[in-house]
Amino acid sequence: MSDLAQDPAASFVDEEERASARRELRNRVGKWILPVLVFAVGILAWDWIIRINEIPHYILPGPGLVFQTLIQDRAILLDALMVTLQITLLALLVAVIGGAGLAILFNQSRLVEMSFYPYAVVLQVTPIVAIAPLIFIYVENKLVGLLICAWIVAFFPVLSNTTLGLKSADHNLRDLFSIYGASRWQRLLYLQLPSALPYFLGGLRIAGGLALIGSVVAEFVAGTGGIGSGLAFRILEAGYRLNIPRMFAGLILIAGTGVMIYAVLSLVSHLLLRKWHESAIKRES
Amino acid sequence: MEIQVSATNQTASRDKLLTLHKVDKVFGRDVVALQNMSLDICEGDFISLLGPSGCGKSTALRLIAGLMQPTNGFIRWEDGRQGESLSVVFQEPTLMPWATVEKNVWLPMRLKGVSFAKVRDDIHEALELVGLAGFEHAYPRELSGGMKMRVSIARAMVTKPKLVLMDEPFAALDEITRFKLNNDLLQMKAKIDCTVVFVTHSVFESVFLSDRIVIMAARPGRVMQELQVDKPYPREEEFRTSNDYAAYCRAASQALKEAQEGPRQ
Repeated sequence: MSDLAQDPAASFVDEEERASARRELRNRVGKWILPVLVFAVGILAWDWIIRINEIPHYILPGPGLVFQTLIQDRAILLDALMVTLQITLLALLVAVIGGAGLAILFNQSRLVEMSFYPYAVVLQVTPIVAIAPLIFIYVENKLVGLLICAWIVAFFPVLSNTTLGLKSADHNLRDLFSIYGASRWQRLLYLQLPSALPYFLGGLRIAGGLALIGSVVAEFVAGTGGIGSGLAFRILEAGYRLNIPRMFAGLILIAGTGVMIYAVLSLVSHLLLRKWHESAIKRES
Repeated sequence: MEIQVSATNQTASRDKLLTLHKVDKVFGRDVVALQNMSLDICEGDFISLLGPSGCGKSTALRLIAGLMQPTNGFIRWEDGRQGESLSVVFQEPTLMPWATVEKNVWLPMRLKGVSFAKVRDDIHEALELVGLAGFEHAYPRELSGGMKMRVSIARAMVTKPKLVLMDEPFAALDEITRFKLNNDLLQMKAKIDCTVVFVTHSVFESVFLSDRIVIMAARPGRVMQELQVDKPYPREEEFRTSNDYAAYCRAASQALKEAQEGPRQ
């Protein structure tokens, strides 16, 4: 009490600092501990329900069995994962090139934009499951067919975000470029593309997940195995054979792949923007 | 002390740089932003365009910058070429957030196709002139408002332009920073020997900085009067507290007031 009376200001700051440090610690721990805790509780509950109700493994396998299958069938599953991953990454690459390229083309020519943008939207809003069967009729090569499907799903967020980004350059900077007699090319290269980068990266993160979804959905539609059987095909196949644990194992691999793609793209985005963009800057508060 | 107020252009004995002749600017069908503005800008002038919002001072600046064309009348550069040696400072610092300070200052030269290595010394000299030596590699977000504005000024000055257009560059800054930048601006102008057209709505700023104050009125935007500030440069901080300064401020305020009330009589 007497301390407080002597130096109220110092003790106040101290209290404030301690509270903020506590908050910080809680946030940092909570961010990792809580999801892990939820995961562990979920697994335990899953295991417990199966044991109590004596559910047979061909209806719902326990987590232990799923994990065991994941290890046992790793040769088949990893091969399939590689195929799916390959299609996903190729589709993402083409989506980035195609989406950003189209956005630049649209930006440079209003006529081209007016002519083709509506069809990009049509392509986007039509469900891929409805288009895929047609694609597999006309495209002989299965790999190319899968790639086209995944691309159709993935390119739109890149296109629409980059289009928006190219238009969002600061208007005073645009005036400045005019005053200094910048060419169209210089304006694009030094002003519009850097302005569009954060938007593009936002689109890229969405496209990464969509490319995976696109390639998995297309594989389901394409069905038959043969060369290049991906994870989706393995899941279907396991389903026909009532190999439920393998279906779960395949599902886990797909989900894990999606998370990995998202994490890598987030990291790329952070590395590219951390020096200057508001989204990547941590503020002390 | 005699304060000159005139209704028309005061053409000094200096060489003419640029002429505005009966310039109108109409937006849309009938929004008259600027009406019948004539002004001779001479080499070495420091001209302030002083007036309330909507008086067309920023429009005048954009016309001079070539960002818009006049509806009527014309703007003529005496040497026949426009833009070659013109630079602009906006109210916002208008820096590229993804580029470092030195790369931002490089912009006007970069757009002329000059490599960075070739002008590195010029850029660092310009940054030193605005008091930002040591901040070459900083990003704009790391700087305060005043420092960002200094970068913007360095970018405008680095090409040693003949004419610098400034559109309320210090309006968003605090008074202390603004005074400091006013002083520094006068030093820079003397050093690179340029002409400045400075848009402001601050009577005090216009008196401290300029030798010609063009007083404008709104709706429609037009020039009402011109006021000469015959205090020779260099002007130091003492000028701010002098009787002369107070007298000029009073005269400018009076002229501004008359300009706004004039048409109603």
